[in-house]
Amino acid sequence: MEIKGNVTLVNGPVVMGSGMGAFKLNEMVTVGNKRLIGEVVILEKDLATVQVYEETEGLCANEEIISTGAPLSINLGPGMLGNMFDGIQRPLKKIETISPNFIPEGIGLLSIDTEKLWDTKIIVKKGDLLESGKVYGTIQETASILHKLLVPPNISGKVIEVKSDGEYKLNDTIVVLELKSGATHNLTLVQKWPVRKGRPTAERIPIYKPLITGQRVIDTFFPVAKGGTVGLPGGFGTGKTVTQHQLAKWSDADIIVYIGCGERGNEMTNVLEEFPSLIDPRTNRPLMERTILIANTSNMPVAAREASIYTGITMAEYFRDMGYDVAIMADSTSRWAEALREIAGRLEEMPAEEGYPAYLPSRLAQFYERAGCVRTLNGDEASVTIIGAVSPPGGDFSEPVTENTKRFVSAFLALDKKLAYARHYPAINYLTSYSSYVTILHDWYRDNVAEDMMYIRGKMMKLLQEEEKLNEIVQLIGEDVLPNDQQLILETARTIKKGFLQQNALHKEDTYVSLQKQYKMLKVLDVFYESALGCVKMGIPLTTIRQVPVYQDIIKMKYDVPNSQINLLDDLMEKIKISYDELRAKYQG
Amino acid sequence: MVKEYLKLDKIQGPLIMLAGVTDVAYGEFVKITVDQHELRYGKVIKIEGDYVVVQVFEGTTGISTKNVAVQFTGKPLEIALSLDILGRTFNGVGKPIDGGLNIASTFRENINGRPINPVARKYPRNFIQTGISAIDALMTLIRGQKLPIFSGNGMAHNEIAVQIVNQAKIKGATADNFAIVFGAMGVRHDDANYFKQSFEDSGVLDHVVMYLNLADDPIVERISTPRTALTAAEYLAFEKNMQVLVIITDMTSYAEALREMSSIRGEVPSRKGYPGYLYSDLSTIYERAGMLEDREGSITLIPILTMPNDDITHPIPDLTGFITEGQIVLSRELNQKQIYPPIAILPSLSRLMKDGIGAGYTREDHVDLTNQLFAAYSHVQDIRSLAQIIGEDDLSEIDQKYLAFGREFEKKFISQGQHENRNIDETLDIGWKVLRLLPREELDRIPPEMIDKYWEV
Repeated sequence: MEIKGNVTLVNGPVVMGSGMGAFKLNEMVTVGNKRLIGEVVILEKDLATVQVYEETEGLCANEEIISTGAPLSINLGPGMLGNMFDGIQRPLKKIETISPNFIPEGIGLLSIDTEKLWDTKIIVKKGDLLESGKVYGTIQETASILHKLLVPPNISGKVIEVKSDGEYKLNDTIVVLELKSGATHNLTLVQKWPVRKGRPTAERIPIYKPLITGQRVIDTFFPVAKGGTVGLPGGFGTGKTVTQHQLAKWSDADIIVYIGCGERGNEMTNVLEEFPSLIDPRTNRPLMERTILIANTSNMPVAAREASIYTGITMAEYFRDMGYDVAIMADSTSRWAEALREIAGRLEEMPAEEGYPAYLPSRLAQFYERAGCVRTLNGDEASVTIIGAVSPPGGDFSEPVTENTKRFVSAFLALDKKLAYARHYPAINYLTSYSSYVTILHDWYRDNVAEDMMYIRGKMMKLLQEEEKLNEIVQLIGEDVLPNDQQLILETARTIKKGFLQQNALHKEDTYVSLQKQYKMLKVLDVFYESALGCVKMGIPLTTIRQVPVYQDIIKMKYDVPNSQINLLDDLMEKIKISYDELRAKYQG
Repeated sequence: MVKEYLKLDKIQGPLIMLAGVTDVAYGEFVKITVDQHELRYGKVIKIEGDYVVVQVFEGTTGISTKNVAVQFTGKPLEIALSLDILGRTFNGVGKPIDGGLNIASTFRENINGRPINPVARKYPRNFIQTGISAIDALMTLIRGQKLPIFSGNGMAHNEIAVQIVNQAKIKGATADNFAIVFGAMGVRHDDANYFKQSFEDSGVLDHVVMYLNLADDPIVERISTPRTALTAAEYLAFEKNMQVLVIITDMTSYAEALREMSSIRGEVPSRKGYPGYLYSDLSTIYERAGMLEDREGSITLIPILTMPNDDITHPIPDLTGFITEGQIVLSRELNQKQIYPPIAILPSLSRLMKDGIGAGYTREDHVDLTNQLFAAYSHVQDIRSLAQIIGEDDLSEIDQKYLAFGREFEKKFISQGQHENRNIDETLDIGWKVLRLLPREELDRIPPEMIDKYWEV
């Protein structure tokens, strides 16, 4: 039976109702004659406070609030890949067909398409015992992704009825289980899951392999692990979104969930236009086939923005449970925190730092802790990686969202205004960023890329740090008066920045770089430094060293050497050695 | 017979409270008759059982708890729209203030608008030539973009906005399908007159709609002014397929009005006393710019804001920068050097330019030239601070060349006349000309073949 209450208070997205004693906390409700969607957030005696996910203009006192009996949940099944949803999983393309161009309120609860037929293979037979997490059917959802239908958590039993392979709609029963209690349970192509609750796994396993992004400053200097957590803070105009887009395009995850949380509408349109035409270098299929987009732009209702993060991570966990490596890009978690603050303000909660509610850190922790490398209920190894952009006001990293994010992430890629001004992209500050995965992934790099990769990385890092110190002196006295070996450090650091750290997202060869090429480029830099150091020790002035023609080749190697011909870098190393040997010989002679 | 409420429970600032009210909708538009002859308007901002809070647009001065008749219209604040709005002037809630008649039209729109569905948007790609070199080359304006001007008190933001209006060449715009919507929030009479005079001088007044809320007008109306203006813009762009350029100024006054209202309502403040929803609120204004897949029209939005104390980290410019697609920042330093337009190159940017410039849009060398100019000018700043310590004479030869480049760049490239209209080729050629002050080897952002082509004149 439907339980009903009545609206007594309206204040923006916060609505209160009376006669709601039988409602449950976090239950999804519909509000008013337009049937706006909301969620119960406070219960007190007979009164309930509801957070409404749509515009409340036009809502009157005494309109009805009706329960749905379930907490805010989303449908998990085929039909999510390649689609764009709002913060509570309503497909935006579908909304467009109902109401063109603008998003109306009161369109009700839509979700993934229930009419589409899916070619389903059923892989269980009568009499099989199925535990939760086991696969009972598969659907080739896109050419690159096999969608596995999983027995929902907390359900297990004996198969007593099986349909044959064929085309089914989302809600068709294809397998019937007899539970231990004797009741039956119908398995369809879809299952519901409450978004605020993490999906169970068998166990967490230690992180050991990187998420390869093809971005040199990340893969080589600040690697990200599969199952890891990354904070990506930066003021406006520092390139957070471009970096997030690059990661969504090129990381070697199986599935990407991209959450546009309170950001610009045109950015999401850009993704929608661009991704279908981009080809995944590993599967040779359009990138869109592995991507799910969630768009709750800044002008869309704020409560749905708060929910969008949970909707995204729940989808990610569902694909993780099939055994896939999933990466989430949340752009931006600050907008999510602001949504929390806005709602907390309307609920008249006591504010803590900068008006944010006191539970901000625990909510952030809960979110980032849903990342991880796991063994699924089905026994597969899989992971969810979270990359959360943070938009600190005024680029000041000491504000609460950045500060608290820092506590819960293991890699911190700080975007820097000064680098962005100089058009050094990606503007990831190589001195203030850190990644604790450097140590964890050390063995992986040793075994899979090269013995000395991390060693050279450390050496280059040290040069960059020394450059920073020297720069302080240079700012006082100029560069020319420094001794030659220190000038060489400055010169090498410049070369590292121009030739390695700066990466052109718009350049065909440079937008994605394989690990092998990254290693060889790094090696080229090392060879240059060592050769030049040999010259410097002989007293050859730096201007002469710089004039050796091969020097220009080093800076241009990122453009000149295609990903398919990285052996050219070996030739370059030879050329460097020969050129500087010649230079030394000339000086000796 | 429409029900009227004749007694108020409480009056506080611009708010009136009524008890015992039934059947009222949140956000509903309210008519308030004061002393039986003066009509004011309001909006329902809170319902608590039968207790209703109404915000009065014209202010509450002269209202007592007993001299009013309050009527709830059952509808949100809507404005009537037709092509007759072109050439007219309205106040912040859409009432004509130019002495003309009310707009007679059955087409009425809620001023709050609705969010554009991201799947219905068309990604903006068409370059708008403003004739201002710094903007065209380095922070290119794109049709359908929202690009604010971050200024400070006393700087030339109005002049720049007018120059853009006069010189902008929008693709697809002809003499009769372009329109300018001008929204003024809390600006001085002089400023509003300056805009009006400039529109008149350039002969575009017939294509301009103005929504004015001047510095001494009520603040509640100030909050609805940009919304009214953008509702008109949406009508012209998406119903009438026009190319619309919207200028709203000054967003700082707008945000201050919002803060004032928020504090009267007793809300929990966040940074600098601004309400926690400032970001969401600003986005419902800025995000209304754009283009739609199935419409020909476009809304290009240029909000102007004055940064309090020239501080770009102040919440208003800060939150604006997070929503808009770039920003044009004005510099006090250049302004003092008498450089017009005083555009601070390094913090300025246009996020949409990458998809709207280069071969096929402007010129093949545009992207690389832009990067090189940015990188070189950024280096100039380092050298300038070094020169302050050790003196210019002790700089190395190459550093001196950079300083010369920096001076010429400001004098020849950034600086131009208020009526000087440079086309994109001229602009890029000037860019090359100043770059030639540097040795060729220093150009590390431009591919060699491009340098070969453009280095020699």
